[in-house]
Amino acid sequence: MSEHHIVSPKIYLSIFAALMVCTALTVYAATVDLNQYFRGLNVIVALAIATLKASLVVLFFMHGKYSPKRTQLIIVCSVFWLAIMLFMTMSDYVSRAWL
Amino acid sequence: MHRSGELYGQFETMDQQRESASLGMWVFLVTEVLFFGGMFMTYTLNRSTYPDVFGEASRSINLTLGAVNTVVLIGSSLTMAMAVWAAQVGKTRLVTFFLIATLILGTVFLGIKGVEYHEKFVEHHVPGLDFNFELGASPATNAHAQLFFSLYFAMTGLHALHMIIGAGLLLWLIKESLRGRFTASYNTPVENVGLYWHFVDIVWIFLFPLLYLIDRH
Amino acid sequence: MAVENGLPREHYLNATYGIRSWLLTTDHKRIAMLYLASVTFFFFIGGTFASMIRIHLLTPNGYLVSPETYNKLFTMHGVAMIFFFLIPSIPAVLGNFLIPLMIGAKDLAFPKINLLSWYIYVVGGCFVLYSFSTGGLDTGWTFYTPLSSVYSNSAVTPAVIGIFINGFSSILTGLNFIVTIHTMRAPGMTWFRLPLFVWAHYATSIIFILGTPVIAITLLLVGLERMFHLGFFNPALGGDPILFQHLFWFYSHPAVYIMILPAMGVISEIIPTFARKPIFGYSFIAGSSIAIAVIGFFVWAHHMFLTGESVYAALTFSLLSYLVAIPSAVKVFNWTSTLYKGSISFDTPMLYALGFIGLFLIGGLTGLFLACLGLDIHIHDTYFVVAHFHYIMVGGAVMGYVGGLHYWWPKITGRLYPEFLARIAAVTLFIGFNLTFFPQFILGYMGMPRRYSSYPPEFQALNVMSTAGASILALGYLLPMVYLIWSMRYGQVAGRNPWPATGLEWQTDSPPLTENFDVTPEVTWEAYDFANRPDLGLDVPGAPVHAHGDD
Repeated sequence: MSEHHIVSPKIYLSIFAALMVCTALTVYAATVDLNQYFRGLNVIVALAIATLKASLVVLFFMHGKYSPKRTQLIIVCSVFWLAIMLFMTMSDYVSRAWL
Repeated sequence: MHRSGELYGQFETMDQQRESASLGMWVFLVTEVLFFGGMFMTYTLNRSTYPDVFGEASRSINLTLGAVNTVVLIGSSLTMAMAVWAAQVGKTRLVTFFLIATLILGTVFLGIKGVEYHEKFVEHHVPGLDFNFELGASPATNAHAQLFFSLYFAMTGLHALHMIIGAGLLLWLIKESLRGRFTASYNTPVENVGLYWHFVDIVWIFLFPLLYLIDRH
Repeated sequence: MAVENGLPREHYLNATYGIRSWLLTTDHKRIAMLYLASVTFFFFIGGTFASMIRIHLLTPNGYLVSPETYNKLFTMHGVAMIFFFLIPSIPAVLGNFLIPLMIGAKDLAFPKINLLSWYIYVVGGCFVLYSFSTGGLDTGWTFYTPLSSVYSNSAVTPAVIGIFINGFSSILTGLNFIVTIHTMRAPGMTWFRLPLFVWAHYATSIIFILGTPVIAITLLLVGLERMFHLGFFNPALGGDPILFQHLFWFYSHPAVYIMILPAMGVISEIIPTFARKPIFGYSFIAGSSIAIAVIGFFVWAHHMFLTGESVYAALTFSLLSYLVAIPSAVKVFNWTSTLYKGSISFDTPMLYALGFIGLFLIGGLTGLFLACLGLDIHIHDTYFVVAHFHYIMVGGAVMGYVGGLHYWWPKITGRLYPEFLARIAAVTLFIGFNLTFFPQFILGYMGMPRRYSSYPPEFQALNVMSTAGASILALGYLLPMVYLIWSMRYGQVAGRNPWPATGLEWQTDSPPLTENFDVTPEVTWEAYDFANRPDLGLDVPGAPVHAHGDD
C-alpha cells in the first residue's frame, strides 16, 4: 500500500497563494471589532481561518487528500481527541455558573 | 548502519518498509497534536479568564514580525512539498535545492524569533527575568500578563525547539540528497520529514492568531 | 531445529554473547528481558516503600517515620509502582516478547526504536531515583499544585523530569506496536484471527499515543512553574490548580486502562488454553478492548468530584464512568462463558487467571461505588479508594503479569517452572492480597482517610490485619522470583508447546530463534480453534476424526 499519487507544483502554488490570502485576511479581521455583532466573533473567525489554513496544509502539502483511509482516520482522531480535552474541560468551567 | 534505500531485516518487502515508516510518522504526529494540545488547553482557559489583559499583552508583541514569520514558514512548507515532488519525478538535483531552500527559510524564521525574544527581554516581558508588564500596572494585571507571556514563551519556545529539530533533520536529508539517494523509487525520508515539517507549520498557523491577533482593534 | 538436551541448539539467548550483545541488541525478545530486569528492580523499590508504609501503620500514632517522611513514602511508592512498574510491565516485557511471534513477524516494525525506548526508560528511572535519594518526593504521585509547583520542599523537579522522559518510552512502545500490528502480520493473519492479547495491546497503544503526551506537557509546565516561578497552576499568581487536575487526569485515568488492558489480554490467552475451548465471544472481547480505550478518555473528572467542579460536569462524568464499566463486564461474562463446559485444568497460570476474574470483579464494582456522586462525597480520599485501585492494580494487573510470566515462561526460557511450588505461591499471593486489601474497604467505609500518617485507635485492628496480609503477599511475590530464576537452570525442558495452546508463538522453538521463524508462516486457522488443530494432539469435542474414536 504505497502512495504514488504525484501532486503537481501548480496545485502547491495555488494552495500557497490561498494560504497567503488567508493570512492577510486573518490579520485584517483582527483589526475590525467583530465582537459588537456577536460575542466572541473575532476569535471564532480567527480560529475558522486558522482551521481552513491547517486543512489546506494537511490535505495538499501533507497529501492527506490522497492518503489511504487509515491515515485519514488517524488525522480525524487526533483532532477529535484534542477537541475532547478542550471541550469537556471548558464545559466544567462554563457550567459552574449555571447552578 | 543501513544505507538509505536498503531493505531492513525485519521487513519482507520495500512496500512494507515504506508503509511502516509512513504510518510511524503519522502516529508520531498524533502524539505531537496532544503534546501541544495540553498547552493550547492552558491557553484557552487563561485567555477566557483574563480576556482584557491577554488582549493588552497581545498588542505588545510585534505583529509585523509575527506576520512575516507566518509567510516565511508557510513558504518553507511550499519548498518542502516541492522537494517531495522533485524526488517523485526523479529530479535529484532539484531535491537538494528545495531542501536547502526549506532550511534557509526555517533559519530565517528562527532568526526573526530571536529578534522578537530580544525585544521582549528589553521590555521586561520575560517571566522570571525581572518581569514588569508596564509601569503602574497593578499586581493583578502584572500577574495575569505574566501568564500570557509564560504561555507565549512556552508555546513559541516549544515550537522553536521543534523547528530546530526539523532543521537538523533537513541537514541530514541534504547530506543524503547530495549523494543522489532520493529517487522516484525511494524518497520515503523526504516524505516523512516533510510530514513533520508541515505539522510544525500547522502549529504556528494556530499560534499566530492566538498569540498575536487577540485584540488588534 | 537441531536440539541438544531437549533445548534447541541455537536460540535468541545464546545466539551471541557478551554484554554489548545485550546492551546493543535490537532483538525484541532480548529487549523484553532487559525490561524484565528493570521493571522488577522498580517493583522492589516500590515494594520497599509499601512495606515501610504498612509497618508504620501498625499503630495509630505510627512511630516508624515522621508525618513528613510518611508523605514521601506513599508518594514514592506510587511513582515507582505506577510509572516504572505497572505501566511498562506487561506491554514492555510480554508485549515486546510476544507480539512479533503471535503475528508471525521477525521483529517489531522499528527494532532500534524499541531499544531506544528501553534506554529512555532507564534514563527516566535514573532521574526519579536521584529525586528519591536527594530529599525524596512528598506531593503524592498525583503532583497536585500548588504544592508540587510552589510549596513542596522535596525533589520535585528531577522527579517530573524523570517521569516526562519515561513518557517517551511509553509513546515509542505504543507507536511500535500500532505500526507492527498494522503492517507486519503474516499472510493469512487477518485482524479477526489475531490473538486477543494482540488486540489488547493495540487498544493499550492507542492510549499510549493519545494520553501520554498530555501528562508530558503537564509535568513540563509544573517543572517550568517551579523553576521560573510562573503562575499556570498557582492561584496566588492568577493560575488555576483545577486546570492542573484536568490536564493530569486526562492522561492518568486512561493510564489505568493502560495498566489493566494488557492484563485482560493475558487472561484472554490463558483461559481458552486451560479450558481447552475457544474463547466465547471473540469479537466482543476484541471490540470491548477498543471500547475501553476510547470511552476511558471521557471519564477523567470523576477524580475531581470534590474539587468544586460544576455539578453538570460531575453528572456527565459520573454517567460516563458507569458506561465504561460495561465493556469490562462484557469481558468477564465472556471469560466465564468460556469456562462453562470447558475441560478445565488448574495449572498455575489458570489459578492466576481465575484469581484475576474474581478480584477484578470486586475492584471494578467498587469503582462504580466511587462513580456514584452521592457516595463519593463520603468515600473519596478514604481507604475505600485505596482498596478499590489495589484490587484492580494488584489483584488484576499484577496477577495478570505474574500469570502471564508463568504461562509464557516455557517459551521465554525453554524450561518449566516447578508446578507444585508455583501453585502454592499463587494461593499464597491470593490469600495475602485479600488479607491486605479487603480490610481497607471497611476502613475506608468507616471513614479512615488515605495519605494520613496516623489514625483513630478504633481502626487499629483492621490495619494490623492489613499489614499481616502484606507480609503474606510479599512471600507470594518472593517465591516466584526464587523458583523462576532456579528454573532457568534446573527446570524441566519444556519443548515447543507444553500446555498445549493454539497461538503462533507455540509453533516456534522454546526458546525461539533470534529471527523467530525459519520460514514466514501462513495462517489458515482461526484463533483458539482447538477443534481444528490435530497437531496439538488434544481430544476435543467436534475435532476431526481421531484414531481412537471420539466422544
